[in-house]
Amino acid sequence: MHVPDGFLDPATSVATGALAVGVVALAIRRAERELDDRAAPLAGLTAAFVFAAQMINFPVAGGTSGHLIGAVLTAVLVGPWTAILCMTVVLLVQAVLFADGGLTALGTNVTLMAVVSVVLGYGVFRLLTAVLPRTRGGLLAAAATAAFLSVPAAALAFVALFAVGGVAGVPLGAVAAAMGGVHLLIGVGEAAITVAVLGAVLAVRPDLVHGATHLHQAAPLQSRAEPVGAGITR
Amino acid sequence: MGAGHGGALTARYVGGTTRVHRLEPHVKLVAVLAFALVVVATPVHAAWAPAAYAGYLVVVLAVAAVARVRPGRLARGLVVELPFVAFALLLPFVTAGPRVEVLGLAVSRSGLETGGGLLAKATLSVLAATVLAVTTEPRALLRGLQRLRLPAVLVQILMFMIRYADVVTGELQRMRVARESRGFRARGAAGLRVLGATAGSLFVRSYERGERVHLAMLSRGYDGHLRTGPAAAVRPRAWATALTLPVAAAAVLTAGFVLG
Repeated sequence: MHVPDGFLDPATSVATGALAVGVVALAIRRAERELDDRAAPLAGLTAAFVFAAQMINFPVAGGTSGHLIGAVLTAVLVGPWTAILCMTVVLLVQAVLFADGGLTALGTNVTLMAVVSVVLGYGVFRLLTAVLPRTRGGLLAAAATAAFLSVPAAALAFVALFAVGGVAGVPLGAVAAAMGGVHLLIGVGEAAITVAVLGAVLAVRPDLVHGATHLHQAAPLQSRAEPVGAGITR
Repeated sequence: MGAGHGGALTARYVGGTTRVHRLEPHVKLVAVLAFALVVVATPVHAAWAPAAYAGYLVVVLAVAAVARVRPGRLARGLVVELPFVAFALLLPFVTAGPRVEVLGLAVSRSGLETGGGLLAKATLSVLAATVLAVTTEPRALLRGLQRLRLPAVLVQILMFMIRYADVVTGELQRMRVARESRGFRARGAAGLRVLGATAGSLFVRSYERGERVHLAMLSRGYDGHLRTGPAAAVRPRAWATALTLPVAAAAVLTAGFVLG
């Protein structure tokens, strides 16, 4: 669900656009430092993954189904700066190729879904991983909480923008309650899907999970008396 | 989606040789953005606002007709704004202010204007953006964004995404066929586990593919820059043609301010 053109007043659109441009420029620098010249192919393929993963319909409690938004999942998988770039590119593609989300509201959508979701979600994730036990369960619990909170946080950020630059005379409390309530439910789905996907990646390639680097322990150097390979019978 | 040429991102594109199809992509992008800006700038509370919306609608439908975009395609493009239709429909009932009677219901006058305005503006912009998406190939749009000075890293990321979106969604499609041919139906927590593993391995495969692509590029001399040929010069006529859309809309807006 993307903000269309004309929903917020020009001043708010320009301000969120400027914020989005600034954060994306910073993210480009940081992601290049994280990935150097691998940035383009890896972030591009991750963006393609996010785009494809948003098409999967997951069953969530009570016969309902939902799809992934993926801000926290991507941040935990590839790091927050690369995640901001991936989400921005996905939003850009949705705006210009699918008319989903207005062109003049692109800055607002990037601010809500790439900046607020990733920065806040990843912040919560890092805070919790510092506190929770350094285990797979602790990591998944931290990611679940972060994914859950990232959805209502983006919704409330939208309500705040709406309060500043939206339609006058609308009871804001009611809008905040409705948006917050609906997005709490969506957040539960997001958390369940994030944990399911992250658990699957941790099981096969834990080294690919950026947020799990603290779980790895460098294997101690072993010296063996007999030559390695002497006993191989395969 | 399994078809060789089609694919996830080209779903909207319909080939053609109309004047709109032949315009340079960055010219079209600027025109659609300018049109959206004019539409957004319309004051919702002006008495002439509905007339202006009708004028914009005529303008954008005329462009769609020139581009030979079928009405069905335009209508399908509008599906994305459905959640906001619900919001706009609620506005007349929840907004404060003087009431008016519509079909026997007392609704807020200002809420009616703003709700209608939001709906009209979103619809008009989506229509214009749909014409853009239907008449421009994804790769051409990428070139357009490049000429509009999008940062080089973002252009490269976009390029890889556009190139590999079909590969990745195709992989997802094959996994779905494999799941369903083994009797899988997504139900409850077990379904969530299976689909989680699907998305997880999709990520691993995509990321590893990215690593392989990077190595293949390095072995062909990639140094962080992609070389593109010199950009073709744009004829002033092309700008004049493309800017007809926002200029006509601006004329409607100006007429509204002057006459209204």
